[in-house]
Amino acid sequence: MDAQLSISKLTLAFGAVRALDGVSLDVAPGSIHAIIGPNGAGKTSLLNCISRVYQPSNGAMRFEGHDLSRVARHNLVRTGIARTFQNIALFKAMSVLDNVLIGQHSRMGLHPLPGASGLGRRLLDAAGAAVEPLASCLYFGPIRAREAAHRAEVEDVLEFLELQQVRRRPVGELAYGMQKRVDLARALAARPRLLLLDEPMAGMNAGEKEEMVRFIRETNRERGVTTVLIEHDMGVVMGLSEQITVLDFGRKIMTGTPAEVRVNPRVIEAYLGEDVTRVQEEEAAAGVSATESGAEFLTAFEAVPSAEERE
Amino acid sequence: MTAFWQDIISGVMIGSLYALIALGFVLIYKSSQVLNFAQGEVVMFGGFIAVALVASYSIALPIAFLLTLVCAGLIGLVIERGLLRPLIGKPLISIVMATIGLASVLRGLAPMLWGSSTKSFPDSFLNDNRPIDFLGVPVARISLWSFGFAVLFVVLFGLFFKFTRTGLAMQAVADDQQAAMSMGISVPRVFAWSWGIALVVAAIGGTILGNRQGVDISLATIGLKVFPVVILGGLDSITGAIVAGIAIGVIENLAGTYVDPHVGGGFKDVAPYVVMVIVLMIRPYGLFGSPEIERV
Amino acid sequence: MIVTRTGQFKKSYAADAAIQRTNLQRIAFWGFVVAMFVLVPRVLSTVWINNVNQVLIAVVGVTGLNILLGYTGQISIGHGAFAGVGAFTMAVLNNRWHVPMLVGLPIGAAMAALLGLAVGIPSLRVKGLYLAVATLASQEILSWFFEHMEWLTKQKTSSVDVRAAWLHIPGILNHKFKTDTDLFYLFGVIAVVTVLATENLMRSRIGRAFVAIRDREIAAEIAGVNAFSYKLLAFTISAFIAGIAGGMQALLFSRAQITPSQFDINLSINWLAMNIIGGLGSVPGAIYGATFLVLLPIELRNWITSFRGSYRWLADHYSQIQDVLFGLIIIGFLIFEPDGLNAIWLRIRRFFTHWPFAA
Repeated sequence: MDAQLSISKLTLAFGAVRALDGVSLDVAPGSIHAIIGPNGAGKTSLLNCISRVYQPSNGAMRFEGHDLSRVARHNLVRTGIARTFQNIALFKAMSVLDNVLIGQHSRMGLHPLPGASGLGRRLLDAAGAAVEPLASCLYFGPIRAREAAHRAEVEDVLEFLELQQVRRRPVGELAYGMQKRVDLARALAARPRLLLLDEPMAGMNAGEKEEMVRFIRETNRERGVTTVLIEHDMGVVMGLSEQITVLDFGRKIMTGTPAEVRVNPRVIEAYLGEDVTRVQEEEAAAGVSATESGAEFLTAFEAVPSAEERE
Repeated sequence: MTAFWQDIISGVMIGSLYALIALGFVLIYKSSQVLNFAQGEVVMFGGFIAVALVASYSIALPIAFLLTLVCAGLIGLVIERGLLRPLIGKPLISIVMATIGLASVLRGLAPMLWGSSTKSFPDSFLNDNRPIDFLGVPVARISLWSFGFAVLFVVLFGLFFKFTRTGLAMQAVADDQQAAMSMGISVPRVFAWSWGIALVVAAIGGTILGNRQGVDISLATIGLKVFPVVILGGLDSITGAIVAGIAIGVIENLAGTYVDPHVGGGFKDVAPYVVMVIVLMIRPYGLFGSPEIERV
Repeated sequence: MIVTRTGQFKKSYAADAAIQRTNLQRIAFWGFVVAMFVLVPRVLSTVWINNVNQVLIAVVGVTGLNILLGYTGQISIGHGAFAGVGAFTMAVLNNRWHVPMLVGLPIGAAMAALLGLAVGIPSLRVKGLYLAVATLASQEILSWFFEHMEWLTKQKTSSVDVRAAWLHIPGILNHKFKTDTDLFYLFGVIAVVTVLATENLMRSRIGRAFVAIRDREIAAEIAGVNAFSYKLLAFTISAFIAGIAGGMQALLFSRAQITPSQFDINLSINWLAMNIIGGLGSVPGAIYGATFLVLLPIELRNWITSFRGSYRWLADHYSQIQDVLFGLIIIGFLIFEPDGLNAIWLRIRRFFTHWPFAA
């Protein structure tokens, strides 16, 4: 199967600092792909490049055949990509409902003919955009109907993420865990085919994490959304992902299944920071297998059993 | 060609005054990220204090000058404490409006305290009317004084920032407040210092300007001129303020001589703003300014 | 503590999106509007009707500025100039080419909108305070232009004559706007329409996009909002409305003259102050701020200049006192009530709606 998202030799340099150094990875459609690594490894930088916050210095990013480095930031949703943020980045003054409606913004324009493409679509877009301010001021028929229709769609997302109770509250008032859910709701409202999640579980307790894992899994399974997530909680990562890419100092150490990553000595070294060969020699002399002791560290994080496994 | 050279030289002279005033502005911006819309009014207030001391109280000029500087410094501290401290962390528009409000207060207070008629400094070595011959161009004595002061301050500031503890502290705060605080630097103290010094410089500017054209509220209009200067030079660059101040002075004069006849006059006043727009479009951070970093 | 109203059950999404969410609000608003149109001409003196007209002009202007500043978060120190464009365009079209004033009003506003669009273009490259400074430049450049356009106005000085406006509907109506009361009806209609249109705009997709840009521009872009386009739209719409306010200002000076100094940086600063004191980002806030900062100086002047005797000094120095007070009020609000009069009103209202449970 062809990769849906294909990153090749991506480099992001700030002066002499290389946040990303020749990173390549492929993400299969419909899969959950985690990106892990110690702090400063370049994980968020990778997501920032894909979501066009930064322009990479070198390398290529392709999504479903589109060259992402040519896609403008505000066209990401149109291209089929949405993301959440490490620091939430919600619009604090607006209600939950309005925040999520922004996620749908690109899909709410006044295009009368959904089938149009190319120049035709651009002209219709421009015409719609020109008419929209005046029409909105009058707030009659078509505008009213459109707002109601999109409200209905957003309610679907709110129901999925169990946010109906708080829909009118300003997001600044909500608890941290809820705000993270609103961030996810905003991304889902864009109906993306690729979802980028930047530390969706950060700062959550065990119960909240379980819920989030459930949401992410359902999004992936029921709506077929390819998911790339950055996460530090190893249990979650091992339990959720099909493929894991490990970064360190801006470079890719490996990509593989959870089982493969767990025992890879270079991954262990990146997290533990020890000279693995030296340890291997010492342990060989003492009769202990190096990979075993390293694997102990990673397996100490028990994989979170999925809902089915628990039953 | 004499008109051309005359423009250049008088441009440098008036430009050095702009530079002096812009210097205070940059100092405040560099340390506290505040755009001081009241810079012109502060200059005017300084001029009022100076002329009041000299004309009304008949204090000798050098002593009056020093007293003015002391007063200005104190006023700077009061402004920092009373106005800026409560507004730390508030959005940009609040800070902008606060200095606009301050400008209004000063503009009303000065005539209330000292009357609204134009006051002149008594004749002294500063404003002796006999012009001096500078490379074949007659230059007013006061202009040379302003130029001299500007040069003096460039040197003084350079030394201050490089070699004194407070100067280094100010640079640290301008660079990274958090890091400076964690090193034990008192950020509020640094703010107070910058405002104090900025107002001292403004008061000098006000005294010189007052000697040139008499002291009344029209002195404050120079405050608007400061924006083209600091945009051209870079909002946080001392060097930029000096270079751009002189540049704007020269450009103004040249515009007056060469463009005014074609547009029915007055282009001299608007030329600095046209320059500002061009700078903003091509190189927003100016000649020497440092770019702002945007975070997601 | 935010508490949603109980007993308000909306049966459709359209109803839920309404501006006035309770019957009481609906009655209060329309009642006020009707009362205004009926009572003002009957109850107030001519002087006071003129004051109300000035308030209405400020309401329109500040509502326009609010769209750009309060909702989209872009600082503009140049709205006075946009008003001037509207005013002078209308007056000159009427003087030189006999375009009826009421036709010239929207044309002038359209000119102002075009200039607003031009001033917004730098927002592609510059943000925040640099953009604010760019708007300052546009104000000064336009002010200079107003002072030096005798070749356009064909007048001897920079002042421009303004004739009276006619409302001419062939066969039905031929009405000259002569008195302050005539103007009041016109201004009242314009103000109500502007306020309602702005409310509608701000609860639509466009308004949401504006606020998103204000709060977190990059996140908004990633979510699909083309920030540059919407900033341009905000500049354009807000300048258009400023142009309308300018036209209204000119009409206020019918059979007299308008001068460039009426549209200089002081007007921009006044409108900024009204917006902030009233409350940024809320349509009622703009109304409160405009009313407060137009009526207060008038009343204050009437009161203080009547001082005699030992308080004579205050009367003589009135304009300086006004400056000092203006500054102090602004600073006071910024420090103690940054969300403005609107926040104060909401607190009062919350007290009464929650009574006796107010925390």
